[in-house]
Amino acid sequence: MIKLRNISKAFNGLTVLDDVSISIEKGETFVIIGQSGTGKTVTLRHIAGLIDPDEGEVLVDGMQMNDAPLRVKNRLREKMGIVFQSGALINWMTVEENVALPLVEHRKYPREKIAEIVERNLKILQLTEARDKMPGDISGGMKKRAGLARVLVGNPDIILYDEPTAGLDPVMSRVIDELIRQMQREFGVTSVVVTHDMRSAYYVADRIAMLYRGEIIICDTPENVRNSENRIVRQFINGELHGPIEMV
Amino acid sequence: MRKFLIQKTFGLIERTGRLFLGLIYDAGFIVLLFFQTVFYSKNAFGKWREIAKQMYVAGVKSFMVCSIVALFTGMILALQAGIEFAAYQQEAMVGNLVIATMTREMGPFTAAMVLTASVGSAMAAELGTMKVSEEIDALEMMAISPVKFLVMPRVIALSIIMPVVSVYTVALGTLGGAIVANNQLLVSYDLYYLHVLESLQFKATYVGLLKAYVFGIMISCVSCAQGLKAKNGAIGVGQATRSSVIISFLLVLIVGYFITSLFYGKAL
Repeated sequence: MIKLRNISKAFNGLTVLDDVSISIEKGETFVIIGQSGTGKTVTLRHIAGLIDPDEGEVLVDGMQMNDAPLRVKNRLREKMGIVFQSGALINWMTVEENVALPLVEHRKYPREKIAEIVERNLKILQLTEARDKMPGDISGGMKKRAGLARVLVGNPDIILYDEPTAGLDPVMSRVIDELIRQMQREFGVTSVVVTHDMRSAYYVADRIAMLYRGEIIICDTPENVRNSENRIVRQFINGELHGPIEMV
Repeated sequence: MRKFLIQKTFGLIERTGRLFLGLIYDAGFIVLLFFQTVFYSKNAFGKWREIAKQMYVAGVKSFMVCSIVALFTGMILALQAGIEFAAYQQEAMVGNLVIATMTREMGPFTAAMVLTASVGSAMAAELGTMKVSEEIDALEMMAISPVKFLVMPRVIALSIIMPVVSVYTVALGTLGGAIVANNQLLVSYDLYYLHVLESLQFKATYVGLLKAYVFGIMISCVSCAQGLKAKNGAIGVGQATRSSVIISFLLVLIVGYFITSLFYGKAL
């Protein structure tokens, strides 16, 4: 479903991703963990086609995403959605208008049908009461949930999550985790999740990959990652102060 | 020492080249944005609500500033010209000068300056903030063109409102001139406006309106382009805002000269 082949990316001479290769199967929930600044979000943005690699290629559903014309990228993006870390809501629209935005802009359904879909998703993410509020008037967690609701209305085959549980309370984090699993179970959605939250990672992941200094140092099942003998992996997943990880 | 000089020289050449390439890239981006806006203008009717909102922001919200600037521009023009005309007992001619200057140059120029500072900078800041807070990326991910969704309504709104503001500026500038003519040069309102009507030419009016229209498109394209290129958080938004104002000011002056030259160059 998603293939990253020998991806390298540098910003201003600083290598962020160095020959990274990942293959994600259809319906799989793939979690990427790692320190801040190791290229997790950059990897996600490569999959979304928001940035192109310096070297290597990104394949989504067998089609090349990197360096593709906008028409091709848009066709691939119709199958995917991304939940941004900040929610990325349009700040002059209400929560409801934000959630309805992709449907309204693409005129996929009649007005009543759009209202019904939006209502359903607002309810799932417990946003019904915030529907008329502006993004500036709601909490960070609510923004994130609204961002997720906006993705869900499009019924995507692939959902990319950038720190979906960061800044959420434990209960809401669990709701989001459950939602990720539910999307996989019921609709066969392929998910790529970037997170620091190890509890969330173990709960949702079919496979976990860890990025360290722009390279994948482990890519395995949650069980094998948990039992890994790699000292870097151990230090990271256990949150130990001392170890081989160099602070950046 | 020689090595040091060579290094300095190459450094200077490199910086100049980088600056030159940056300018070409910026200009290309603005031109591309303009053509994309023209392409998406076919969807303007579907965006009438957003266009109306932008027109309101550009027109109504800059109303006070524009009124003050226009009034005093006319007053200064009348006062400066009146001093010279008075030496030849030709104070009544001040009306001719004020209307000619306002319709041909100062009307669209003043409107452009005010809207660049108040509306163009706000556009750059708004789009810049959206860029750094990933809202533009979110639009792209929803396969919604940021040009169609954000830029096109702003460009159309400003291209419509700029001639309107320009006409208002001319009217108010002429009124400012009348106040000065009447109170300081002792020219009656009737005589002043008689001279104004005498010198109000059709050509000057449509050239002025054309200028205002071109300025409207230019300022909005430049401001949106700078906003869409913003990066590095709040600092980037500040830089985008500043460069949108500087580039717009420069282009208004340069393009204004060429339009004048095109229509009035042969009159020399």
